Amino acid sequence: MSEVILSVKNLKTHFDVTKGLFSKKQVVKAVDGVTFDVMKNETFGLVGESGCGKSTLGRTIVKLYDPVSGNIEFNGKDISNIKGKELKSFRKDMQMIFQDPYASLNPRMTVGEIIKEPMIIHKIYDTDKEREERVVELLKIVGLKPDHIRRYPAEFSGGQRQRIGIARALAVNPKFIVCDEPISALDVSIQAQVINLLKNIQKEMGLSYLFIAHDLSMVKHISDKIGVMYLGHMMECGPSNDVYHRPLHPYTVALLSAIPIPDPDIAKTKNRIVLEGEIPSPINPPKGCPFCTRCSKASERCYSETPQPIQVGNRLVSCFLYEK
Amino acid sequence: MALLEIKNLSTQFTMEQGSVQAVRDVSFTLEQGEVLGIVGESGSGKSQTMYSIIGLLAENGKVTDGSILFDGQDISPSSFKGRKDYEEAMRKIRGNTMGMIFQDPMTFLNPVLKIETQLIEPLMNHTNMSKSQAHERALELMRLVGIPSPEKRIQQYPFEFSGGMRQRIVIAMALACNPKLIIADEPTTALDVTIQAQVLELIDHLREESDSAIIMITHDLGVVAKLCDRVAIMYGGKIVEIGTDKEIFYEPKHPYTLGLLSCIANPEVDDDVELTPIPGSPPDLLNPPKGCPFVDRCEKAMKICKQYMPETTEFSKTHQCACWLNHSKVVKK
Repeated sequence: MSEVILSVKNLKTHFDVTKGLFSKKQVVKAVDGVTFDVMKNETFGLVGESGCGKSTLGRTIVKLYDPVSGNIEFNGKDISNIKGKELKSFRKDMQMIFQDPYASLNPRMTVGEIIKEPMIIHKIYDTDKEREERVVELLKIVGLKPDHIRRYPAEFSGGQRQRIGIARALAVNPKFIVCDEPISALDVSIQAQVINLLKNIQKEMGLSYLFIAHDLSMVKHISDKIGVMYLGHMMECGPSNDVYHRPLHPYTVALLSAIPIPDPDIAKTKNRIVLEGEIPSPINPPKGCPFCTRCSKASERCYSETPQPIQVGNRLVSCFLYEK
Repeated sequence: MALLEIKNLSTQFTMEQGSVQAVRDVSFTLEQGEVLGIVGESGSGKSQTMYSIIGLLAENGKVTDGSILFDGQDISPSSFKGRKDYEEAMRKIRGNTMGMIFQDPMTFLNPVLKIETQLIEPLMNHTNMSKSQAHERALELMRLVGIPSPEKRIQQYPFEFSGGMRQRIVIAMALACNPKLIIADEPTTALDVTIQAQVLELIDHLREESDSAIIMITHDLGVVAKLCDRVAIMYGGKIVEIGTDKEIFYEPKHPYTLGLLSCIANPEVDDDVELTPIPGSPPDLLNPPKGCPFVDRCEKAMKICKQYMPETTEFSKTHQCACWLNHSKVVKK
């Protein structure tokens, strides 16, 4: 039995979007009561459509946002309200890889400076020479050349930039990395390179990942466990193979059925469940189950009560259909 | 006669650093009612091929060679007297017999005009409908693409529509004059999976209803498998392989096509099939390699690949591939 490295309980992150001084208070409930665990050396995949709160959840976990309520436990320690020095030492253990490899690297710093910066901040090495050696080592790990150290981000392609971002995240020897859509901005042939790189690094360094993406097929490929989010709620969560082959929640079923399969015989004959309508606005979410407005199996109860996660076999499902 | 016939099309862009050869010697044909998918990575020239056809190249772009026959008419820029004549002629074709669907509906639609004005415009320009007839047709189109309560929605502005609904409006505009050819440039890339499924279903349905031919530009092989009858794979400004959907997916011949297919995850297949990425990155078209564009990333590259552009080998009437490996004189192991 492996141990839990990250445990999120009933986490809520809300944003105040009130316009004007006297208008009614408006709140976006981006993450609204999410619970899940990530095991050591495992990858937890977080999927969902845009606006479902998956990125907000990731950013709350690395403490870029403050949660409204709920707990985040990392390595057995509650980090939901840490500040100052404690926060700094926590960040050494948890790093992040961002979606846009163009926006997340400072164009005026050389690759060496970019990767060195976290080491300087966290005072990892004493001399610049040691840091430089480590940078060269990291560049080799992520598949770049040592002489890239003096170049600027603009000289690299999207895939190479993402490698620089990965090297920067690895610079402080973290235990946990939040990957926020690290491959969505890349071309197909490059995506597989980055995915394989992340997998290899995980094996060698014993890392745990929270992998956020909207590309369901890639998430399944890299993740041990998967959580499906919709409108700030975790609808279903369990081992990735089970979730993919035997989805339980009606939303998971529809979401999986919507993936275009790269095989003409299957794609042209498969009867897909096409969901009607769109995701409701998170400012004004439906009462009851967040999915009730688009669900074909919704009953009256779904419109008035919000289903709580229920344990079904090896996974958690938030749906009344599975209540005993 | 084919609806669209492209022969040896080449397009260049003049830049400060030199000329970028975005499209290099591309040829293909398209029959009426057919759906052709053009697949490639960013920078492979798939979009610029289409912009060359519809005459919407950026200022610094120029078709340098080749011919474009559409519906029996030669519409290559060189066949017109001057730029003015060419643009005049293309303006009559675009939105009329040739419809277009672009990736980002928000930049395609005019934000300060009502949907009604934008939908009626192509109808008033290209047909002799009266305003009220055009209005009726616009409502009919909105119903066709599945927009609820069109009478109310037609009076709204683009920002009042969601991404999926906006893309439906763009599709309605493309269909307005019953085009013979629709060019769709990544029509679902900006959409969420469940919305993408809705739009794909809609395009699939429209394809059965009308006899328009569609050129679908995409990087998503899943979308291609769902919609296309034939597929062209582009790399480094060239078509490296073209064939029917089954030929491309089940009997790929070009190492790049093979590579593409093995680096995407297929959720239907049980896992732990290791993804095999294609090493390296696409060629720089400022200085394209002398030989095969894929040579630097190809595992099976030979001496000849570096020096000479591969000849096209025909496997069947529909299936062609430009790779030296398939040449009849190559010693097969």
